[in-house]
Amino acid sequence: MTDSAHAETADAPAARASAAVPGRRRRRHLIDWSAYVFLVPWFVGMLFTVIPFGASLVLAFTDYDLLNPPKFIGMQNFTEILHDERVHKSLVVTFIYCLVSVPTSLAAALGVALMLNRGLRGLPIYRAIYYLPSLLGSSVAVVMLWRQVFSTQGIVNTALAWFGIQGPSWTSDPHTALSVLILLHIWTFGAPMVIFLAALRQVPTMYYEAAAVDGASRWRQFRSITLPMISPIIFFNLVLATIGAMQSFTQSFVMSNGTGGPADSTLFYNLYLYIQGFSRFHMGYASALAWVLLLIIAALTAINFLAQRYWVFYEN
Amino acid sequence: MAVSDTLVPKRTAAERRTSGFSYVEGGGTSPRTRFLRYVVITGIALFMMYPLLWMVSSTFKPDNKIFTQLGLWPQEWKFSNFSEGWNSLEHPFSLYLINSTILAVFDVVGTVVSSALAAFAFARLNFPGRKILFAMMLGTLMLPSHVLLIPQYIVFSKLGWLNTYLPLVVPHFLATNAFYIFLMVQFMRALPRELDDAARIDGCGTFRIFFRIIAPLCVPAFATTAIFTFMNSWNDFFSPLIYLTDSDLYTVPLALRQFMDSEGQSSWGPMFAMSIVSLLPIVGFFIAGQKYLMQGIATTGLK
Repeated sequence: MTDSAHAETADAPAARASAAVPGRRRRRHLIDWSAYVFLVPWFVGMLFTVIPFGASLVLAFTDYDLLNPPKFIGMQNFTEILHDERVHKSLVVTFIYCLVSVPTSLAAALGVALMLNRGLRGLPIYRAIYYLPSLLGSSVAVVMLWRQVFSTQGIVNTALAWFGIQGPSWTSDPHTALSVLILLHIWTFGAPMVIFLAALRQVPTMYYEAAAVDGASRWRQFRSITLPMISPIIFFNLVLATIGAMQSFTQSFVMSNGTGGPADSTLFYNLYLYIQGFSRFHMGYASALAWVLLLIIAALTAINFLAQRYWVFYEN
Repeated sequence: MAVSDTLVPKRTAAERRTSGFSYVEGGGTSPRTRFLRYVVITGIALFMMYPLLWMVSSTFKPDNKIFTQLGLWPQEWKFSNFSEGWNSLEHPFSLYLINSTILAVFDVVGTVVSSALAAFAFARLNFPGRKILFAMMLGTLMLPSHVLLIPQYIVFSKLGWLNTYLPLVVPHFLATNAFYIFLMVQFMRALPRELDDAARIDGCGTFRIFFRIIAPLCVPAFATTAIFTFMNSWNDFFSPLIYLTDSDLYTVPLALRQFMDSEGQSSWGPMFAMSIVSLLPIVGFFIAGQKYLMQGIATTGLK
């Protein structure tokens, strides 16, 4: 610690001087072979990444149950996926989950971030309260809590009974089970909210001052200044949330005891992949499912990136 | 809305900046609007916290009262839920807590050390192939884990690592989560390069530069990584689910799930009590590391 402190104080003025001299090259061009030593763990780790990546593509074209050697079966896994009704069902479930919960949670995140951003006392406390659920949302304990809150005799139905409403058995009715998971997702809007809060602070004050002088209404300021200025962050959150939602697993597993029920209404794509791979040991089929998911996520991300041209605003 | 809404407050921009809020929209709202805003955000906050608070209060209620009482203050106190929950699974709950703690400690140490080493090479050293390797590292950032899942499982099962902690720990020592490398690279790049030059002139080798100069300055980045890794490791349900079958080795999330499978309709209190116990470390780390965590999240979104 003393070494670094010494180096910092002694060389700060010298550093500034050297930066000011034009044409003076730094010594960073010297090749430092010891870099490879620092990278040894990462190199080994890459073997654990690159080789499985290739292997999973190969496995996708095989029939493999871990016990017998893999058998090459060509496109059969993929044609089976095309005709597998549970794959279709799980894709529908996952897409609905994504389409409803991602925009809703991002809108909630932005709305609350806007409210929190205005010269407010106790911001750290509010921010912590809003952020906490997103830290806990993927933990088994909270999913179990959610399951009890929405069970037939849960507190939601107890509260509804006060108003004389007979609530459904949320988690065991195929029509409502998915909406419980969507609500759980929306409840975790704190993570994108924190990013929005940071972004809102980067918007230069002078824009609002100028707009106010010109008599722009608050809505107009939001639409013409805030939204364009933070659109790259909205985009970033959108891409992350989409990818995250497509890969959800724990919620549906815990909520449905690993079945995706009732009537496959919470059968997330990843849960189905797990069922195929790890309870039935259809390793080849599960690899093919993984590659289909990879392609879907890549396509969604590509669509997001193409669409950003029309609504994301970059200053330079 | 009144005219005052759109008026610029009389403070200067510099003053506002020091107060920490550069976003002046609505800076001059009337006390009534401001009061309403507090009511709204406090209302939403209470609504969001209610399920968690309800779970806390349920751990002190008798089972037959849990779902009939919406109020948070128990009318009848029951303190045995914790001791019942602690002992109602196959092993005492302390075993699962110890298992999860061991895993989390290894994961944190492994991730911080291996990511820091790789990040130092990428951020501050010049070597042939740096750009290509860096691009590869960024590429793995975007790879969904499920594509690697099955071959990795097969490899670990061939190595005889199933039902051990090795599949859960070893990858962390190999810097396999590119996100943390990237975070540290961004942090290390911001440090003045003259530090390295000065140290070299004074006769420091590359290793000493890393250990004595760069690493101590990177403590905030290490802390962010450590907190994130701890939380992910503590919350992880999927990997223990596929790699561990022996209940002696179960982690907290796997143990909690057993409450759902094995218990009848009558023991919600103990189940919620153990759920609370399982969430406490995360809440604790969150409160302790909030500053780093918020910075870490904010930089992730902005750089």
